[in-house]
Amino acid sequence: MSTGFRLPQGGLIDRNSQYRFSFDGRALTGHAGDSLASALLANGIQFVARSFKYHRPRGIMGAGLEEANALVTLGDGARSLPNAVASTEELHDGLSAHAQHCWPSLNTDFGAVNQLFSSLLGAGFYYKTFMGPGRGPKSWLFYEHFIRRAAGLGKASREPDPDQYETVNTFCDLLIIGSGPAGLEAARIAAEAGLDVILAERDFELGGALLADTGTIERQPAAQWLASQVDRLSKSVNIRVLKRTTAFGLYDGTVAGLVERRDPAQATTIPWRERFWIVRAKRIIIAAGAMERPLLFAGNDRPGVMLASAVGSYLNRWAVAPGRRVVLATTNDSAYATARDLAIAGLSVTLIDSRDRISEPLHRLANNTGIDLRLGQSVRATLGSRHVRTVDIGPANGQGAVGSRLACDIVAVSGGWSPTQHLLSQRGVKPSWNESLQAFLPGRANEPIDCVGSAAGLWRSDDCARSGRAIAAAAAAALGRKAPVEDIPAPGGWETPIRPVRLASDLNLKKIFVDLQHDVTAADILLANQEGYEAPELLKRYTTLGMAADQGRTSAVPALALLSEMANRSVGEIGTTTFRPPFAPVSIGALAGMERDKHLLPIRRSPLHDVVADSGAHMLETGLWMRPWYYPQNAETVDEAYLREMRQTRDAVGICDVSTLGKIAVQGPDAAEFLDRVYVNGFKAMKAGMARYGVMLREDGIVMDDGTSWRLSETEYFMTTTTGNAAKVMAWLEDLLETRWPELRVSLTSVTDQWAGISVAGPHARNLLAANIGELDFANEAFPFMAVRNGVFNGVPCRLARISFSGELAYEVYIGASHGPALWRALRNTAKELGGCAYGLEALGALRIEKGHVGGPELDGRTTLEDLGLGRMASTKKSFIGDVLRQRPDLRRDDRARLVGLVPVTKGEMFKGGAILAEQGQEDGHGLGWVTSVTESPSLGHWIGLGFIQGGLDKWQGKTVLAADPIRGRSTLVKIVAPHFLDPEGTRLHA
Amino acid sequence: MLRIKCPFCGERDHSEFSYGGDANITYPDLAAPMEAWIEAVYRRANPKGPHRERWQHIDGCRLWLIVERDTLTHEIASVTLAKAALAPLVDGQSS
Ligand SMILES: [Zn+2]
Repeated sequence: MSTGFRLPQGGLIDRNSQYRFSFDGRALTGHAGDSLASALLANGIQFVARSFKYHRPRGIMGAGLEEANALVTLGDGARSLPNAVASTEELHDGLSAHAQHCWPSLNTDFGAVNQLFSSLLGAGFYYKTFMGPGRGPKSWLFYEHFIRRAAGLGKASREPDPDQYETVNTFCDLLIIGSGPAGLEAARIAAEAGLDVILAERDFELGGALLADTGTIERQPAAQWLASQVDRLSKSVNIRVLKRTTAFGLYDGTVAGLVERRDPAQATTIPWRERFWIVRAKRIIIAAGAMERPLLFAGNDRPGVMLASAVGSYLNRWAVAPGRRVVLATTNDSAYATARDLAIAGLSVTLIDSRDRISEPLHRLANNTGIDLRLGQSVRATLGSRHVRTVDIGPANGQGAVGSRLACDIVAVSGGWSPTQHLLSQRGVKPSWNESLQAFLPGRANEPIDCVGSAAGLWRSDDCARSGRAIAAAAAAALGRKAPVEDIPAPGGWETPIRPVRLASDLNLKKIFVDLQHDVTAADILLANQEGYEAPELLKRYTTLGMAADQGRTSAVPALALLSEMANRSVGEIGTTTFRPPFAPVSIGALAGMERDKHLLPIRRSPLHDVVADSGAHMLETGLWMRPWYYPQNAETVDEAYLREMRQTRDAVGICDVSTLGKIAVQGPDAAEFLDRVYVNGFKAMKAGMARYGVMLREDGIVMDDGTSWRLSETEYFMTTTTGNAAKVMAWLEDLLETRWPELRVSLTSVTDQWAGISVAGPHARNLLAANIGELDFANEAFPFMAVRNGVFNGVPCRLARISFSGELAYEVYIGASHGPALWRALRNTAKELGGCAYGLEALGALRIEKGHVGGPELDGRTTLEDLGLGRMASTKKSFIGDVLRQRPDLRRDDRARLVGLVPVTKGEMFKGGAILAEQGQEDGHGLGWVTSVTESPSLGHWIGLGFIQGGLDKWQGKTVLAADPIRGRSTLVKIVAPHFLDPEGTRLHA
Repeated sequence: MLRIKCPFCGERDHSEFSYGGDANITYPDLAAPMEAWIEAVYRRANPKGPHRERWQHIDGCRLWLIVERDTLTHEIASVTLAKAALAPLVDGQSS
């Protein structure tokens, strides 16, 4: 084959440009203005794909987004993009494309053997094979290898995407989707009325169907009309024109999702590959046109079978004649213009019309151009191997035998037109079936969204232009602007009504492909119908019809027509399925935009971040926060480091960055009353200058969070929350104050970021602080356990409380965030002199386990106060949130899993969090409990842990159970002990 | 995407807000009988149509709002401050 498929003149291509591109490694050339599909056809390449299920040869059948066969993978390596539609892909120099679903190559494809198993892969294959008694896992294991190999459309790259994507948030008065005659006129009228307009066009050229129209519109040649419209548009300041932009979704509040692709010619100057537009419009006009439907006949999927409008587009827009002998089969008027253009271009044209009679002008058109016109006929079957060679035709009513066999290399088909209403359908607007037009027409939306032009079922371009003007004027009026009022034309526009083809009874239904992209045949639909799956939504799921990347753009109506024939009900009675976003595939990169890596999850840093790093901290990501994990000396491992940090803290002193704790200023005359209502224990009676550990419950009685609250004065508390729950607690407290207890005079302020916090723990804690904090008496009597005091560091006021999480003599000191680093450096230097150190998250967690303090793993949203051994904290003198529902009998049962301590029976053994606690020999089932937190204890010289077991200490103290960890291959015998491993009397704490 | 007209901040995408549940619930006294608390915490009407909801403008002014939303059409009929006493803070409540 040669480049003889490109006509010597015509088309909207730049013949002076020469683009080199490749398809499956073959070097080819094309021109600026080409699509990948038009360039392939110009090079004589029609067979471009193997089908999804049966690996049948498939050719280019469309010229736009309706294309169901020609899905290719673009680019290589990390940039490869699967499932690109060849007919919508703009050709550029260096483009590289590959065929999909074939191995080792398009021509020699082993998967084609699937055709032999076609009965196995029929409708309901998955349901019949994998569901129901005795099936499931075993049959899956049998078929998995086979299915994995075959499943999925295309293959995504596993490498990170190296390209850049952007998100644009914008607003407008009117968003117009589509730039055919209706969209262009709507944009003009709206802009003239002063509206702020966005016009989005999927194609890289404006004009829609006009780009391939050799006729006239509004008494002007279509090309001339289009050129003057585009010129006018480019001069209007009220219109933003977005080419290469697909509107893929409409959402609540007339918000539209658009994706814009970069002009490939500007790849070096535009940094982004795609942009995701979130358009908040006041009104939306859908001018997305209509899509032609194929015809159903045996072998209708053979390369060379194309939509009539696509053949017209390739001819007129791209100057490509995909063949020499064309059989054009139609059911309506629309294909006649294409037939005329093909004949004028010198191709042999046989026009087969399902209708017995047509209007006089169409007769004349055929006569004048030498078209072989055959009325009342339709195509029954095609023959050929990798390309169509002949067609059999017979009466269109399905009666009678095949009349003749015609030689051809292109079969152009028109089964009617479907208005593109996917976006409206996404909004839940049901279309209505118009029997005489054989089309679903748009229903009325409750939202300010209108359909114009062919999207509203108007077939003549003059009518389309007029409807664009009329609807835009109405939209302008609705937004308070003036515009000339016009009548909205009625749908339709053909001189002779459409006449659907009826299938002949002797056709091989397995060779009639209804959904080309998902390989669903008429036989599948018949089977589904026989098995009772008549409703379109059921049919869709049972046969996977319309569930491929094209969402059944060309298959939905033919399938319904077939179903209506089989069930003897009208299409209108059967109804249609609802389309959901996205209308066309959208790359994940475009949706993610800049929100990837650290832009998706920003890092929060403590005010001490840099100084703890100077102290040698290895950092750990915990939620959004970066926190010091451990401070290795020399070449210590994390285990060596945290155990040393614990020893130094218990023997001398340790300092720890606790700035990440949530901090809330609770102020107002009713602050004490408020805390009494949200904490289980009392805060009202606590005097100013004291702090208290508190626990909050959810309304259902489950523990929500814990922390300390410091009473700074009669009317002010300083509350701390856990790091992880800080935001949740804040929102919860705001909720209570604003919606439930508006009478409480309390104000809340989040001060988490305003204060740097350092915990100082260990026998030398007092000395360390006394050496650095002035104007404060640290003596035990002057600054007792749980007292709050103000101090001064370097002239800067700071706030301290004697609080211990580790069981040691300990303080928390808070200072204004910007003074935190200086305080840290001072405390760290003194700590060193005293034989102490900085300790990280690993040691912090281990110290609290030794002391038996509950933490995140224990406050898991399922545990009650009693489960945690904190039942005695609950005040009986007041009521608090969760107090009533925590008393539900099932939450008070003795056999609930309760907090216990765990030690290995053989001292040298370890065990891990997540292990299941079970009695020896009874490891089946869910066990009796689980392990939440473990650590090696340098104080005790062996591993220790916290966990929950049914019945708790009362039932299990001193007994031995198995910590079973089959997934990690470790099971350890552990003894149940009290959860306080160290200094249960608290002598160190009160030292 | 829902657009909610915060009386304090103006119209914003719903992604700035956080849903807080049914605004028709009257929470009982903290010491009320258990049945009253079970009613308030667990029983929900789940209506199809107009519904009063609590939303917090969590990435904005942080105020709690009462939003009247149609659960079928997502139409928002009104947005008011949950705490009526704060009304003087805003220029005029949206309706
Ligand atoms: Zn707000």
